[in-house]
Amino acid sequence: MKIGIPRGLFYYYFSDLWISFFEKLNISYIISPETNKEIKELGNKYSTDEMCLSLKNYIGHVAYLSRYCDVILVPRIDDFGKYEQTCTNFMACYDIVNNLFDVKVLDYNISLSSHDTLYKGMKRIGKFFGKSNKDIRRAFLCATIKSNKLNKVRIIDNINRLNLTGKKILLVSHSYNTYDSTIGKPVIDYLEKLGCIVIYSDLFDKAACRRKSLELSPDIYWKYSKESIGSIALCGDKIDGIIFLSVFPCGLDSLVNELVIRKINKKCLNLVIDDMDAFAGIETRLESFVEIV
Amino acid sequence: MKLSKVGFPHIGNYYVPATYLFSNILHSDIVSAPHISQKTIELGVKYSPSFVCTPFKYTLGTLLEVIEKGADCVVQLGGGCRYGYYHELQRTIISDLGYDVKFINLVIAGKASVFRVYRELRRIDKHFRRFKSLYYLFITMKMVKYMDLIDDYIREYVGFEVNDGEMEKLNESMLKEFSGVKGYFDLKRVYKKYNSLIRKVKVDIPRNVTKVGIIGELYTIMEPFSNYFIEKSLASFNMSIKRYTNASYLMMGKGKFIKKNIKKYSKYVKYRMGADATDNIIRAVDMCRDGFDGIIHIKSSFCTPEIGSMGIINKVCCDYNVPVLFFSFDSNTSRVGLQTRLEAFNDMIEMRKK
Repeated sequence: MKIGIPRGLFYYYFSDLWISFFEKLNISYIISPETNKEIKELGNKYSTDEMCLSLKNYIGHVAYLSRYCDVILVPRIDDFGKYEQTCTNFMACYDIVNNLFDVKVLDYNISLSSHDTLYKGMKRIGKFFGKSNKDIRRAFLCATIKSNKLNKVRIIDNINRLNLTGKKILLVSHSYNTYDSTIGKPVIDYLEKLGCIVIYSDLFDKAACRRKSLELSPDIYWKYSKESIGSIALCGDKIDGIIFLSVFPCGLDSLVNELVIRKINKKCLNLVIDDMDAFAGIETRLESFVEIV
Repeated sequence: MKLSKVGFPHIGNYYVPATYLFSNILHSDIVSAPHISQKTIELGVKYSPSFVCTPFKYTLGTLLEVIEKGADCVVQLGGGCRYGYYHELQRTIISDLGYDVKFINLVIAGKASVFRVYRELRRIDKHFRRFKSLYYLFITMKMVKYMDLIDDYIREYVGFEVNDGEMEKLNESMLKEFSGVKGYFDLKRVYKKYNSLIRKVKVDIPRNVTKVGIIGELYTIMEPFSNYFIEKSLASFNMSIKRYTNASYLMMGKGKFIKKNIKKYSKYVKYRMGADATDNIIRAVDMCRDGFDGIIHIKSSFCTPEIGSMGIINKVCCDYNVPVLFFSFDSNTSRVGLQTRLEAFNDMIEMRKK
């Protein structure tokens, strides 16, 4: 039995953990390729037209995977505590996918306010494949330690980049947009081509970011938005410019980014990417922004 | 001591109980906003970010209108979903425009806490009536419930009245009397009087009634201006309309309803999908089973939870073979286009019946 992992939304938060967990338990898995034209078209075909671009791409990944595997892993994340909720797409993703496709969908639920933890979820997945409690616990421990280590290395690398000399630009965006090959990758590549040092907003100490975010917005209650705007307060004067990257009708970014842009007095650029394939316009905007900085 | 002037955004007719509550527990003046008009939306759209959901634009427009009328303290209710975060951005926008107003938000992150409400109310008026407020809150809840009961009846039968406009007139005069009630028993007396009056209005019900259910996003569904009076247009086609989403349901019954039903409908929905999406799916299945002739789903544009539920509702209606019509209202939807689509929907239902 093969489990399919769509490369979108949740993948960018849990990929290290999932992969080492499955490897430890000898479960064969398949990860969908980087977002390409075929996947984009599949996403457009199956999704409702007002959905946000990231969710459309995610549905495209699921559609692509459904030909190659038996079950697909689609978690559902509600909240990480009372004031750390997530986007409603994260809450609805499982039901949307389950109703769209005939393939079996394997799910787990994270909702700390009703005591559904990540461990419980992974245990369910292990049980589905007939593994013993002991094996699952060991694999989960190993996976958490490994993913934390990998994350730490990335964070240190990111913070070291802050001390380099050159034009340092903070890219404020959700992980699933930053590393997607059609949304964030071209932007980052182009910025590096222009000689800028790109600093990622999601590679900072998460808890510190969340604490710092309250300086900019005291009543914010979305975990991932907290982490991305907290990085702005954490970087302080070390950066030269800020780029806000969001996809077209993103619910959280439409409010949070607008608020932050009004509150900070730094040079910033608000980039909104939609599913048109016109990168030339974005290139011009990036170029002029880098020149201003 | 200087009294503050309080203003708040409107949803449908619920400004009556809200005004009643605030005027009784606070020692301050209430500035009532004018009814939502084209000017309100224009104001809201001008100062809002581009792809925020439409209720943000409406509420910002009303708040700006209230401030222009002289309010120096505005109250946002807040709630779950994105609605709980509106106040933060609206406060910044209003202060950037140069107005000096107190901004109060009662609920955050969808969970009402007594301490927060108490703290925020003290910011308006330090000596607000603490113990009286519980009594008035009770009366307000009852008032909302009575209003919804009357509204439900009107929605069901207004399409078949013999003399047009009778029910609406009665409803308006009831609201006027509601705003001046002295206590719970007074409220109950007024309700009973109008209940019997409205039930006496002559209706001519044909044998084969067309029943249509309306589901959707809460602000658009409850504020008639933002859905271009869709209920009135439907009533003009002689339809009986059913709508479950109203203030008393959102305040009292929602959590219980979902908890009770979510397991029974696990074929379509397993988890809560945020905001009203889950109950809308459950309602849609219910309506299909009860033999409704059609379902209309309305939402404001960019409403994320409803967009997720649309695909599932579509699937439900395909399974039960019931027609469904989706509307997405923006600040510049044209009324004529809406009317044409409704007419086509009505024709289709009538053809199916034959």
